[in-house]
Amino acid sequence: MSNSLIIGQYVPGQSIVHRLDPRTKIIMIFFFVFIVFFANSVPSYSILAFFAFGSIVLSRIPFRFILKGLTPIWFLIGFTFLLHIIITREGAVLVDLVVLKIYSGGLIQGFAISLRFFLLILVTSLLTLTTTPIEITDAIETLLNPLKKVKFPVHELALMMSISLRFIPTLMQEMDKISKAQASRGVDFRTGPIKERAKAIVPLLVPLFVSAFKRAEDLAMAMEARGYQGGEGRTKLRILRISGRDWVALFLFAVVLAGLFATRHYS
Amino acid sequence: MDISFKNVSYTYQPNSPFAHQALDDVSFSIPSGTYVAVIGHTGSGKSTLIQHLNGLLRPTTGTVTIGDFVMSRTDKPKDMKALRSRVGVVFQYPEHQLFEETIAKDIAFGPKNFGVSDDVIKQRIDDILPTVGIHHDMLERSPFELSGGQMRRVAIAGVLAIKPEVLVLDEPTAGLDPRGQRDVMDMFYSLHKKEKMTTVLVTHNMEDAVKYADHIIILNQGKKYLEGKPETIFSDEDTLQQVQLDVPEVIQFLWKYEQKFGHSIPYNRQSITDIAQAIKEHIKEVGNDE
Amino acid sequence: MRQKLVEFRNVSFRYDDDGPWILNDCSFTIYENQSVAIIGHNGSGKSTIAKLMNGLLFPQKGQILIDGKEVNAQTIWDIRKDVGMVFQNPDNQFVGTTVQDDVAFGMENRGIAREEMMKRIEDTLTAVGMQHKRLSEPHRLSGGQKQRVAIASVLAISPKLLILDEATAMLDPKGRQSIMKTVSHLHEQDVMSLVSITHDLEEVMMAEWVIVMNQGEIWAEGTPRDIFTRKDAFHKIGLDIPFVGKLTEALRRADVSITEEPLNHEELLEALWTFHSKT
Ligand SMILES: Nc1ncnc2c1ncn2[C@@H]1O[C@H](COP(=O)(O)OP(=O)(O)OP(=O)(O)O)[C@@H](O)[C@H]1O
Ligand SMILES: Nc1ncnc2c1ncn2[C@@H]1O[C@H](COP(=O)(O)OP(=O)(O)OP(=O)(O)O)[C@@H](O)[C@H]1O
Ligand SMILES: [Mg+2]
Ligand SMILES: [Mg+2]
Repeated sequence: MSNSLIIGQYVPGQSIVHRLDPRTKIIMIFFFVFIVFFANSVPSYSILAFFAFGSIVLSRIPFRFILKGLTPIWFLIGFTFLLHIIITREGAVLVDLVVLKIYSGGLIQGFAISLRFFLLILVTSLLTLTTTPIEITDAIETLLNPLKKVKFPVHELALMMSISLRFIPTLMQEMDKISKAQASRGVDFRTGPIKERAKAIVPLLVPLFVSAFKRAEDLAMAMEARGYQGGEGRTKLRILRISGRDWVALFLFAVVLAGLFATRHYS
Repeated sequence: MDISFKNVSYTYQPNSPFAHQALDDVSFSIPSGTYVAVIGHTGSGKSTLIQHLNGLLRPTTGTVTIGDFVMSRTDKPKDMKALRSRVGVVFQYPEHQLFEETIAKDIAFGPKNFGVSDDVIKQRIDDILPTVGIHHDMLERSPFELSGGQMRRVAIAGVLAIKPEVLVLDEPTAGLDPRGQRDVMDMFYSLHKKEKMTTVLVTHNMEDAVKYADHIIILNQGKKYLEGKPETIFSDEDTLQQVQLDVPEVIQFLWKYEQKFGHSIPYNRQSITDIAQAIKEHIKEVGNDE
Repeated sequence: MRQKLVEFRNVSFRYDDDGPWILNDCSFTIYENQSVAIIGHNGSGKSTIAKLMNGLLFPQKGQILIDGKEVNAQTIWDIRKDVGMVFQNPDNQFVGTTVQDDVAFGMENRGIAREEMMKRIEDTLTAVGMQHKRLSEPHRLSGGQKQRVAIASVLAISPKLLILDEATAMLDPKGRQSIMKTVSHLHEQDVMSLVSITHDLEEVMMAEWVIVMNQGEIWAEGTPRDIFTRKDAFHKIGLDIPFVGKLTEALRRADVSITEEPLNHEELLEALWTFHSKT
């Protein structure tokens, strides 16, 4: 698994960001996603950027690691930027390349949108980098708990999510193993015409499915042997607790919000 | 084909918080036609090492040479397929790689990828089936209908059908019952002799290592800890204990025998019958002296 | 006389109504606090027996009693509390996302209070030597470590019987030995019966009683010493005998008479010593 994409990868740590209640983090990110679209001036962007980079500093995850992990995303951000430069026709003409005129409005617009995009990705990947998937699941389960009243299968959903999460690394390892075994039998996944490469997927997918089914069967058996019979009457080991630092974090976030709206109001 | 490792190191996921050095400055060379056993406890880097033999992994530093193929961080053989058609690998639980609708197709999959003609493949299948103990009538059945042991044999046949010059085996008998284990190991040994293959066996089973291998390499935490002939490797208990490896039971017993009777019966891979004979002769001799 | 814990009375079983009988008229008894090894070739029906013991399968013919209760759809929840099981593949039975979650899983299913869970997690993880890994994720553990967690999660509900279905088959010798040590230690401490299904002869030698399966039938049962005297027949049913047995056999063929069946190196050396003193 030599994936450089870090989205969805957890980096263990003991920083304040790691120790925040996952619900706090999810709520903050939920609102962050909205307010990013309200930013419209240099001060407002500065506040948001300050918030995002401040969180990264607090999380003690090396900034270089985050940037490197976002490599595939850079392409998307660059693409967005170019798109706006080409499409937008506002403000003064900065460069005139006969076929393409670049306007100052386009430059600003492109820059702003890319920045929003970048901040969004930064903050959401910070969530997965500092929160174990199971914490995220727990948080979602608790946040959705009121829906149990309307018979929404919250427990089953959460269990499904946590088991999938548990098996993702296992299946990735499995995939790595199978693709190596088939590569040893002469399958070429990398070169050759598209059609051939598409065909090369079959020897990979069939064994992967077979093994996933076998695992599912074994797991169901193991769960049953350990007395699983649905969500009814179950107790829970994991409980989430809101502590002082969560209130502090939420308060600071509220300050950021207030600051943001203040800049909007006074500009 | 001769195999040589020169100062080979390998790091998984380099430059990340998950970086892990699995091989550390490993050097050795194996002449063509040798039966080598690679041993070492879990995580010592055995599987990582053998994946260098057919270019699935390339060294982070150092050089691997297999016959004329040379691999390093910057160098990669132009024709990787040619390398893979000459180095066959039987992975742990090889039955997990089966996927075709019929056993015949699955066995033919490898050679077909390497451009072997259908006639030749058919000939090869006919040759291999008796060796691996699969009946001809089963060829048109689905490999998924077989028992675990039979699936293992079909998967092995799929690698043998490539007719490799080097055969790499990563714990090929895990999970089989005792007879299945012995059959499979004996089969590889007779192939090794008959086809003059270079065989590289990764195993946790010390008995198999002494029984079959001409040469043993012990890995410990990614480093080469020891290499040599089985008789010499297993003659020094202390060195082995340091890396928490067991000594084969035969040798353990002969040591205890020496302690009790003050007479040493050196182990040079003789059969149990020969050992019994040696014990008897010694006991008789002592009896006659008294 | 020890109390009966598991009783198979003429049990037959098949997976499909028109399929072949996988178990054929099997009867045996396991007593309280006894350690039993079940051996047999691949496909001889060992895992099927294990699954019948805790109601993951039900027999078509015959009866199975656990602690006096018949195994059926009504009793399985009680029976699964008494019968814990560890399977072969370490990966496919790890339900939790971390070690402590996995140990908690069985207790959560039984509605055990959180404080009690914390205590038992601590106790059982200590018993299997995994307390330092309590927050680790499964893919960061070795196979042997995962199996020790699986054992802890079974112990957490204090069963009367622990079944290990080839629980060490996928481990290296070191992992296997450490599991065996853990298990025999637990067996000595607790009042708990132990069934180990295995191909590993060392494990078989450690059991008090051995059941040998062959093609869905009980081919023999007895103490390891009794069982391993039947060497020739063993090969026929795809099994192997331990090194000591083989050497004893070879010695006898060479006219070194050994009367008692030695079980380990020491006993064999002792027998040789006796023989040597006599000559
Ligand atoms: N794809 C991978 N990514 C990261 N680390 C890996 C990967 N594969 C193996 N490792 C690590 O490299 C080390 C050596 O692994 P390797 O599989 O070579 O050991 P091994 O000697 O074959 O062990 P075993 O006896 O358990 O098969 C281990 O610590 C392992 O965790
Ligand atoms: N779910 C199933 N459906 C149909 N047949 C099955 C099923 N599980 C097992 N069998 C068959 O039942 C027989 C006994 O299987 P079982 O798993 O009990 O053997 P085992 O003694 O545990 O073998 P091993 O040593 O390989 O684990 C085998 O012939 C097998 O093919
Ligand atoms: Mg390995
Ligand atoms: Mg089984």
